[in-house]
Amino acid sequence: MTISDTLVPFAEAVQRYEPVIGLETHVELGTRTKMFCGCTTTFGGEPNSQVCPVCLGLPGSLPVVNRMAIEYAIRIGLALNCSIASWCRFARKNYFYPDMPKNFQISQYDEPLCTDGGLDIIIDGETVRVGIERVHLEEDTGKSLHVGGATGRIHGADYSLVDYNRAGIPLVEIVTKPITGTGAAAPVVARTYVTELRDLLRSLHVSDVRMEEGSLRCDVNTSLSPRGSGVWGTRTETKNVNSLRSVERAVSFEIERQAAVLDAGGRIKQETRHFQEDTGTTTPGRSKEEAQDYRYFPEPDLVPVAPSREWVEQIRAELPEVPSVVRARLLVEWDVSELEMNAILNAHALELVRETIAAGASPADARKWWLGELERRANQAGVEPAGLAITPVQVARLAELVSSGALNDRLARDVIDGVLAGQGGPDEVVAARGLAVVQDDGALTVAVEAAIAASPDVAAKIRDGKVAAAGVLVGAVMKATRGQADAARVRELILARLS
Amino acid sequence: MELTRMTAAELSAALARSEVSATEVTQAHLDRIAAVDDRVHAFLHVAADSALAQAADVDKRRTAGEQLAPLAGVPVAVKDVFATKNMPTTCGSRILAGWHPPYDATITQRLKQAGAIIIGKTNMDEFAMGSSTENSAFGPSRNPWDLAKIPGGSSGGSAAAVAAYQAPLAIGTDTGGSIRQPAAVCGIVGTKPTYGGSSRYGVVAFASSLDTPGPFGRTVLDTALLHEAISGHDPMDSTSIDAPVPPVVAAAREADVSGMRIGVVSELSGDGYQPGVLSRFAEAVELLESLGAKVTEVSCPHFGYALPAYYLIAPSEASSNLARFDAMRYGLRAGDDGTRDAEEVMALTREQGFGAEVKRRIILGTYALSSGYYDAYYGKAQQVRTLIIRDFDAAFGQVDVLVSPATPTTAFGLGERTDDPMAMYLADLCTIPSDLAGNAAISVPCGLAPEDGLPVGLQVMAPALADDRLYRVAAAAEAAFTGRWGQPLLASAKGLDS
Repeated sequence: MTISDTLVPFAEAVQRYEPVIGLETHVELGTRTKMFCGCTTTFGGEPNSQVCPVCLGLPGSLPVVNRMAIEYAIRIGLALNCSIASWCRFARKNYFYPDMPKNFQISQYDEPLCTDGGLDIIIDGETVRVGIERVHLEEDTGKSLHVGGATGRIHGADYSLVDYNRAGIPLVEIVTKPITGTGAAAPVVARTYVTELRDLLRSLHVSDVRMEEGSLRCDVNTSLSPRGSGVWGTRTETKNVNSLRSVERAVSFEIERQAAVLDAGGRIKQETRHFQEDTGTTTPGRSKEEAQDYRYFPEPDLVPVAPSREWVEQIRAELPEVPSVVRARLLVEWDVSELEMNAILNAHALELVRETIAAGASPADARKWWLGELERRANQAGVEPAGLAITPVQVARLAELVSSGALNDRLARDVIDGVLAGQGGPDEVVAARGLAVVQDDGALTVAVEAAIAASPDVAAKIRDGKVAAAGVLVGAVMKATRGQADAARVRELILARLS
Repeated sequence: MELTRMTAAELSAALARSEVSATEVTQAHLDRIAAVDDRVHAFLHVAADSALAQAADVDKRRTAGEQLAPLAGVPVAVKDVFATKNMPTTCGSRILAGWHPPYDATITQRLKQAGAIIIGKTNMDEFAMGSSTENSAFGPSRNPWDLAKIPGGSSGGSAAAVAAYQAPLAIGTDTGGSIRQPAAVCGIVGTKPTYGGSSRYGVVAFASSLDTPGPFGRTVLDTALLHEAISGHDPMDSTSIDAPVPPVVAAAREADVSGMRIGVVSELSGDGYQPGVLSRFAEAVELLESLGAKVTEVSCPHFGYALPAYYLIAPSEASSNLARFDAMRYGLRAGDDGTRDAEEVMALTREQGFGAEVKRRIILGTYALSSGYYDAYYGKAQQVRTLIIRDFDAAFGQVDVLVSPATPTTAFGLGERTDDPMAMYLADLCTIPSDLAGNAAISVPCGLAPEDGLPVGLQVMAPALADDRLYRVAAAAEAAFTGRWGQPLLASAKGLDS
């Protein structure tokens, strides 16, 4: 933060000014190949190992549209209640930058594939519709790494490295209409919108929507309008907003900062700003006062995209339920509270729980495992629950083994260890590790006799009717059987023996 | 007979009968190149080693009894705008000096698959921008009829190579006339196929919506053989047409125009046309009529706007297509001495790497696409393009093909128009309409202009995907003219005799 960034406290700022926000979200589509060539889109490959003449923009190479990317974009457009163009074209956006192989980006300009839709979000129990201006397709650029220099940006860097693996990965840009009238809720609205959008995209299976890996990137536009003036202010565009929390913080900070500038009689500069994760502030970037002329014109190397009505309707028919509807339905089906449902969502475990239930587990068991032991394991490993090496079917089997008494909870944790270690499914791990609950009363009776003999004073107390003391003997038996006994059965045997 | 004087069809037959080997044919053409190319300068790169290796492979396969394509063992010169693996591809520009593409253009690949011998890469105006090869960064090519004259352009090297018997066949590209104009002024045959009929994949782009690869030959049949070999749908080029290749070889063999309706475009004559060009053209029309064609005059009222529209559309696309030459990934890099940032290196490289005409067109195109000017220039030019397409549609409603001179004048002198871009642009006056409309056109020799003794080309234009009509008309004219002259026109070319 610089000296000039004096702030007005948030509550005060939204009393005097009405925030207007807008969000531009870039989503990397999860197609197997790139937008205009056959290169793989796998994340994390060796730099410049997933490239060809087309995505490197070598002289003479030509783009060919990936049909799956068009289908994904239509899926998104339909899920966002947009109209799908029956005919549209790609356009070239011309500007020079080293990570752009052709020094133009193939994008869409005045003929986007999807237009005029909306996404419903819930704020304080009220449904708010966020208008969607457009959804269009474009290709991603390469990724620059600027080495040396103070800012990590190209100016002042000692040298720059460019990785073109990302160049040509299909991107969908989803642009909201200006969101007005949200007042103090503006930051929460922004965050909730991006959250809902992320969940929607995930349910559509069009992207892995990982903000931290950059497969979902968000630019946040903010402006302030003096209350009652009806005049919109100049907007800033904040980039580098890499988490849901950052979306909310970026809007809050810009409201506080812009209010201070306006209060002091200043003028908001139209500019790109960068969000700083560590301080929660935004810093100025490129000025947009002199608008760059991208010299858009229809891409002559591509033929127009003209999705047939039949194709669009087929895609519409195959759309899954939107997450908000799914949640409302599951709330009833699973008999869980809003709070419990939110816990499932926050753990990114909705799909996992659904699939576990579909595999035969009770809703309670599915929730118990995914939000308990498995969430703990995921946190330890620093991955999403979906990233754990255990499937919903395996979790359902685990729950079945426990409810049938074949395993107790402690043994079940051992089974999870085995499954995560790649030793096979629950049944295989049980067999390999010999983890079955000891069911043979004969073997247990021996252990019970030994425990009683070892603690005559405790046995005497139980004989005198102090049944609670039985816990000590149960513990001893469990220890002797290395946890493989059914504790309830052990207790029964002890009480029967000492009655 | 001397191997270099044989047509591709004759070579193909002799090779098929094993009367001659591909190695002998290739060596004969390499020898011819060695003998005359210091004067013609048709080639930027002679691929002697790889051509002989390719020829040896063809001979081996033929000896083994393999069934080979008609062009197997026949040398082909390739314009230096086609990507060729392990061979330089410069586009006549300093900015690409030293670049060896890691891939083959689709047409390069098809030629190799057909067993055609890629004998070298031919000279051209830088990035195909020009009508004389004088815009090549590596010096101009010369016209085998008269070494003081231009061979036309931009595919001037390809035309000169065929006219000088350095190769029986050559490949070029036509954006505003870059195949037909050099064919006309060199006295050979050149075709601009229907746009999308021949793949652009691997052709370094000048103007994407216009660029059309096509064949050169000394005879109509040779040209048709090459046309057929390089054509057909290519999934790597979205603008490639998924339709059967028109039966061009069969049409060239039939050579029959009886009953055909031929329209003479009234707008493509008059002021600015050399008298000898007009008189030879008129004779050609009479000849076609005498062969049974029905000739009428047809008006295409918007053709007068074709040249200005072209000089907005082509530079606009070029300004974007040529943006990639920025020193970052391949080609020339200037000023990278540690004191300049990336932007300065880009600017300096483009300043040093591009020639004057390329810069002129980049600036023109950048301006025409600029916000605030787009509608008045690029937008308006696209509307003119639509009007020209409608002119053609109306004309082809009345006639089967249209004819005109291929160029307003015969070959002009080297250096004569280099200081006057407008005069240079006028060389493509007759050829540009077909490029804007995306249909097919051919230039076939129709005699020598009496005033300078230089060749004149007859242009035949046909609707999209009716390329076969071009060959039917051109072959009929060629047969009748050759009969009248007693020998092929090119036999009178004396530029290399001294």
